[in-house]
Amino acid sequence: MVYLTRKAEFSASHYYDNPEFTAEENRRIFGKCNNPNGHGHNYTLEVTVKGEVDPRSGFVLDLRQLKETMNREVLEALDHRFLNKEVPEFFTKIPTTENLAITIWQRLAPKLQAAQLHRVRVYETPELFVDFYGEA
Amino acid sequence: MKAYLSRRYMFSASHRLHNDAMSESENAATYGKCNNPYGHGHNYTLEVTVSGPVDQSTGMVCNLTDLDGFVHSEILERFDLQNLNTLPEFAQNVPTTENLCIAIYDILQRGFKHAHLQRVRFEETMMNSFEYWGENRAIE
Repeated sequence: MVYLTRKAEFSASHYYDNPEFTAEENRRIFGKCNNPNGHGHNYTLEVTVKGEVDPRSGFVLDLRQLKETMNREVLEALDHRFLNKEVPEFFTKIPTTENLAITIWQRLAPKLQAAQLHRVRVYETPELFVDFYGEA
Repeated sequence: MKAYLSRRYMFSASHRLHNDAMSESENAATYGKCNNPYGHGHNYTLEVTVSGPVDQSTGMVCNLTDLDGFVHSEILERFDLQNLNTLPEFAQNVPTTENLCIAIYDILQRGFKHAHLQRVRFEETMMNSFEYWGENRAIE
């Protein structure tokens, strides 16, 4: 088994708010991230796929295919967007780094047939990142 | 759904690698420059990974303020700008980064109750890093 990782960057804004909480609860739980005008990050995305090396091509997966899938399914939808207002998954889910990693997994997994998705890692800043392995 | 949240912190500390049970020449052979009796220091990067189900109401594995608060008061306050050899964790253990990983893991494991502790990783320099997973297993 060989693991292959491709990185990408996107920039987006978001804020954290749960309409079921009171305004005071939202402020207490989410702090500065609750500002409804939003704030932004430069996110770094790492997508890792795994598989056996194809004896003819020497590839786990054609990188061009992985890059195009990431561009189409993830970056076009998220880059330079206000996540809460423009990305359907975040009309109902809070766009935390955890939920971003899960959402990106759910967008990519059905589209990657040649290799198996192993991990989605999302860096919100260089000091904070979340890994999702598709676990229930 | 289960996710893994990692947070990086930095602190600076000095240490000397030396084992009283070894002869002087054995210490010198084992630890080389790190056996210098005056010690030397590093800027350590500490990476803490916690895991758990993502809470539907907050979208979080655990609130970062809880993790940051614990690491600041229980780890950074105690370790930053210290000589590791003088701390109780290293009264019996040589303060290698391996042992530092285990010591920090133990502090988190005992005291941090907001999420499951998955891994402690240290970068001693840009060139070397160390991980301790406790009873957890790496995901393949």
